[in-house]
Amino acid sequence: MANIHQFDVLVVGAGGAGLMAGLYASKTAKTAVISKLYPTRSHTGAAQGGVGAALGNIEEDRPEWHTYDTVKGSDYLGDQDAIEFMCNEAVQAVYELEHYGLPFSRTPDGRIAQRPFGGHTNNETGKPVRRACYAADRTGHMILQTLYQQCIKNDVKFFDEYQVLDLLMVNGAAAGVVALELSSGELHVFHAKSVIIATGGHGRVFEITSNAYAYTGDGAAIVLRRGLPLEDMEFFQFHPTGIYKLGILITEGVRGEGGVLINDKGERFMDKYAPHVKDLASRDVVSRAMYLEMRDKRGIGGKRYLYLDARPETINKYAALDGRTNPDGSPYVISGDELLGKLPDIVDFCRTYIGVDPVTQPMPVQPTAHYTMGGIPTNKFGQVIHDDQNTPVPGLYAAGEAACVSVHGANRLGTNSLLDLIVFGKHAGLNAAEYANGADLQPLPQDPEDYTHQQIDFLRNGSGKENVFDIGNEMKAVMFDDVGVFRTEEGMAKAVEKVRELKERFKQISVADTGRIFNTELLNAWELSNLLDISEVVAVSALNRKESRGAHAREDYPERDDENWMKHTLVWQRDGKLEIGYKPVVYTHFEPKKRVY
Amino acid sequence: MEVTLKIFRYNPEKDSKFHYETYTLEAVSTDRVLDLLELVKGHFDGTLAFRRSCAHGVCGSDAMRINGRNRLACKTLVHDVGNKITVEPLIGLKVVKDLIVDMEPFFDNYKKVLPYFINDSPIPEDGKERLQSVEARERFDDTTKCILCAACTTSCPSYWGSEDYLGPAALVTAHRFIFDNRDEAASERLKIVSETSGVARCHTVFNCTMACPREIQITRAIGELKMASLTGKLD
Repeated sequence: MANIHQFDVLVVGAGGAGLMAGLYASKTAKTAVISKLYPTRSHTGAAQGGVGAALGNIEEDRPEWHTYDTVKGSDYLGDQDAIEFMCNEAVQAVYELEHYGLPFSRTPDGRIAQRPFGGHTNNETGKPVRRACYAADRTGHMILQTLYQQCIKNDVKFFDEYQVLDLLMVNGAAAGVVALELSSGELHVFHAKSVIIATGGHGRVFEITSNAYAYTGDGAAIVLRRGLPLEDMEFFQFHPTGIYKLGILITEGVRGEGGVLINDKGERFMDKYAPHVKDLASRDVVSRAMYLEMRDKRGIGGKRYLYLDARPETINKYAALDGRTNPDGSPYVISGDELLGKLPDIVDFCRTYIGVDPVTQPMPVQPTAHYTMGGIPTNKFGQVIHDDQNTPVPGLYAAGEAACVSVHGANRLGTNSLLDLIVFGKHAGLNAAEYANGADLQPLPQDPEDYTHQQIDFLRNGSGKENVFDIGNEMKAVMFDDVGVFRTEEGMAKAVEKVRELKERFKQISVADTGRIFNTELLNAWELSNLLDISEVVAVSALNRKESRGAHAREDYPERDDENWMKHTLVWQRDGKLEIGYKPVVYTHFEPKKRVY
Repeated sequence: MEVTLKIFRYNPEKDSKFHYETYTLEAVSTDRVLDLLELVKGHFDGTLAFRRSCAHGVCGSDAMRINGRNRLACKTLVHDVGNKITVEPLIGLKVVKDLIVDMEPFFDNYKKVLPYFINDSPIPEDGKERLQSVEARERFDDTTKCILCAACTTSCPSYWGSEDYLGPAALVTAHRFIFDNRDEAASERLKIVSETSGVARCHTVFNCTMACPREIQITRAIGELKMASLTGKLD
């Protein structure tokens, strides 16, 4: 047994949440961050439009409005104490990022610039409010770079390109993790008092996705295999505007700047589905509207896409019809150059990948699998909890997309993901350090690498008659088709069966590469084993929930059912079988109402 | 359409030297080169090693040489380069396996330029943001776009030729902070980039600018650093 490292706090994952956790934990505790990617490769860097905070830099705004919008956006499944905490902390957190040097775009008076985003409103007028603090259309990139830079400044210890493979639990508490050093193929045991899981989501279970290849649910999978539950896994966000077939994200900021969705008849159809805020309704609502338009043969040329039209003449036409004004009351008008200045990367993506210039042509878009609302259950302190009584697991924390606090409930509002990362990343880091400073290391298990070896042997020793790539593609197709924007009993039952069949077939794969150095074939196979486990949890959770709420929309149960389903799902994997339980939703101020946009 | 993909191969555990392998694939003109590499890995040879993550040009994992030019495999489509495609690792960093190079020297150089915001003055009394004009923010916008993919640095003949040259990417980072008027360590950084391992090694070849997948005007940024290092003034 070689390569044992000891730390007070160990962070797994180096995106926004992991870096924030590492930065804050390292102020008072010996901290390391391990990550399968170089930190700046993390998917936080792909976030575009902004981070939500009621700064009120351009017009009146209040954290209470942000809180209500988030509760409503969650379709009342979000825990209101945690949402209130996040929205109150948001203001300070964004200023803190600015103090760390984050280059936000600026207003004419030099303050942080803000733009409208779906579901964020002035609660008195019901109109969209400028709450998304942005740096052009690369806000996530700037957050990721800024946090990595501050970690370097503060001498945070990084282990780059180390793949976590197992979570060590002793006496019911976290004891560390086992990880593979990709460049050498050696196993390392990280023995720690606190472990923070910040490994991101699992969008790669779906065929059309905006998510990175790295988004394989590693953290959720290792937790699940160690007997801990996952929460609300049926809720997965489909972002309305992914580039057709590729799934690459076109930020909601495009609609924030005035872009509109158009069907084959040239109609702006969102006014039928959300008469008040139209194209800026929350994402689940817009994705469903698009699905219905396409189902009723109003996709462009009868195909499965629609247009996102952000040509200045279109924006200006609908802005005039909507009576949209600038803060000074003058009519809202945008030019091609201004559009390019606010959305440079979007223009670049469209030109590069589809040869479309958004300033002169509409963009072909379809809903794309985007964000994991569910995940590892935590409380608002970042502690992982393991039962319906919210009992914490000593020393174990999770933050960011890997975690389910739950602040997003059944549907996340745009800009609340970056906010989630910085607020809960920070607090997980602070709390994990505080815990570590008052705790002893748990002893390591007798043979800490035992389960990791079992997993690797499993991947190497199959007959080899099945192909990893093919199994992955079949999983993605069935999950996208049958556990996607709209769901039915029949489809989901089929998906559960199919995923279970694929899990059986997966036993017959065999990794051919026996090398140690950058054995990415082994790594990809292990990642697929995670995706298969997660797919099963997602499909089973979805099949079980007999109502429609937020992103979980069933054709056979079209209404929200608060009487029976106002509760979080918890799923455990025990002896290879899934068990379902529930825990109550936390209320503070807001009584459930029907969601109308 | 049929595409011929010729890939640089090197497995340090088996090969004494590198070789090329050629694969013939069915592709469409809008496929990314990364899609083709995935296809080879999935169906022809699982041992093929390359880095990738976001697959749309923002994470910087998959910089490599494609038909002789540094590009991101996920941002290069078949119709950009034709149906005979040669893929090789970046030059100037040690090849670890196939298309994977050792990035450590690259990040070591990055760390040399104090790549973080420094301002020890108190924050505004109201606890809010430091103010910055739209123009002052625009001054360094271009160099904030860097994704640290190393395409620029490994396209630079000066970098290939000297072990200690910081290289374009590190200089881009220095520029991002030196020209941010909220930052207070410009003179310290200017001192670093004015050493012999810094801007003096740039001979204005423009390879870096050509290679940058983010279209950062790198040679221009380095030119601004040269000017600042000569005059001690930022504008």
